[in-house]
Amino acid sequence: MAFTLPSLPYAHDALAASGMCQETLELHHGKHHQAYVTALNGFVEKDATLQGKSLEEIVKLSYGKAEMAGVFNNAGQHWNHTLFWPCMKPNGGGKLPGKLEAKIVSDFGSVDAFKDAFKQAGATQFGSGWAWLVVGKDGKLACTKTPNGSNPLAEGTGTAILGCDVWEHSYYLDFRNRRPDYLTNFLEKLVNWEYVESLLAKA
Amino acid sequence: MLVPRRTLLGLGAGLAASALTPALRVAVAQPGGPFTLPALPYPFDANEAAIDARTMEIHHGLHHRAYVNGLNAAVADHSRIAAMPLDQILLRFTEMPETIRTAIRNHGGGHANHSMFWLIMGGRGGEPSGELAAAITRDFGGFAQFRERFDRAAMGVFGSGWAFVTVNRHGGLAIVQRPNQDSPLMDGDRVLMGNDVWEHAYYLRYQNRRAEYVRNWWNVLDWARIGERYDAAKAGTLTI
Ligand SMILES: [Fe+2]
Ligand SMILES: [Fe+2]
Repeated sequence: MAFTLPSLPYAHDALAASGMCQETLELHHGKHHQAYVTALNGFVEKDATLQGKSLEEIVKLSYGKAEMAGVFNNAGQHWNHTLFWPCMKPNGGGKLPGKLEAKIVSDFGSVDAFKDAFKQAGATQFGSGWAWLVVGKDGKLACTKTPNGSNPLAEGTGTAILGCDVWEHSYYLDFRNRRPDYLTNFLEKLVNWEYVESLLAKA
Repeated sequence: MLVPRRTLLGLGAGLAASALTPALRVAVAQPGGPFTLPALPYPFDANEAAIDARTMEIHHGLHHRAYVNGLNAAVADHSRIAAMPLDQILLRFTEMPETIRTAIRNHGGGHANHSMFWLIMGGRGGEPSGELAAAITRDFGGFAQFRERFDRAAMGVFGSGWAFVTVNRHGGLAIVQRPNQDSPLMDGDRVLMGNDVWEHAYYLRYQNRRAEYVRNWWNVLDWARIGERYDAAKAGTLTI
């Protein structure tokens, strides 16, 4: 069955007051994410070995294979954006729920230290890519970054419980070249910490 | 065209430092090191047929400037490298100290790529003439085929990057893609021309429609300038 664009868990204008305008969400979800889904379906249609495979399976099997770069880029981006949308909510940010906060303080020393590490990961991903909070194989939380369509699932660096898109299309209409401001705004005004905690519980 | 209200209203903060008035355009030297932001050889609206003035202003005054600043910071404690011309730094990339190699790759590449990019635009498109036209026909079959292959390379860059035309000492041409700010100079190849397909190059005007940007870009190329670069490459005097 063909992959489909998941609908946004909020209205396109719902994050405008929190620094992500309606146009950004309309383009990002309706054009960019849709284009990845469409391209992925095109690859699957032409390649019988991909048919019937889950998105996770396709991401893993195409990773690091030069001849499957197109498949990986689009499968990776479909997976990344699907995680990204519910990581945000209207009036997000704010105080972290208890279990998540305790885990972050235990592994980073403080919530501020975690935020610095996450922003550092996003700001230093040169070019297009993603910043992540992952539960590593050792059970500890860590901040990582990946280029373009890659992700922690493909690279085997842990279970992602928060992802932030740092492709310029994520922030150019709202922040222009100021990626660090976009990252700060994401953490302080957009993140749905309850959702992140729910992913931590499942990890 | 989609012009988000926030784009129109929210420009103040990010642009305050670079509200480059015409009088300031020539005075963009960086105090902090040997590398400087070159002044644009034309007004911000000179490439309107492909690139809006606001994008030109941000791209040159903020993005390119950041690469210049990053490069100056990287070479601050390396006086021997700081004294080298940029093309030589990139040509000898593998000899650069490991601690600053990534910064040179990203910021040195970014400085070289954008310096070239501004120089080859500001024109009215059309087609090359003379020896360059003959070389394009020889190496690609004709201008239309050349253009089509170049655009396919530009469209095929996934994520941030560039499509370039490289030129060797014998005038041979090749179309290559590079990710991020990697320069063909790092592989020993001189750059005749190139198109920036980072989203910042086109997002304010074209949003996700890279194909439209890539197509329109040909309308602002300065073929006289590119022809001079071709001649310089054959004479061994082309730098970045
Ligand atoms: Fe995205
Ligand atoms: Fe650029």
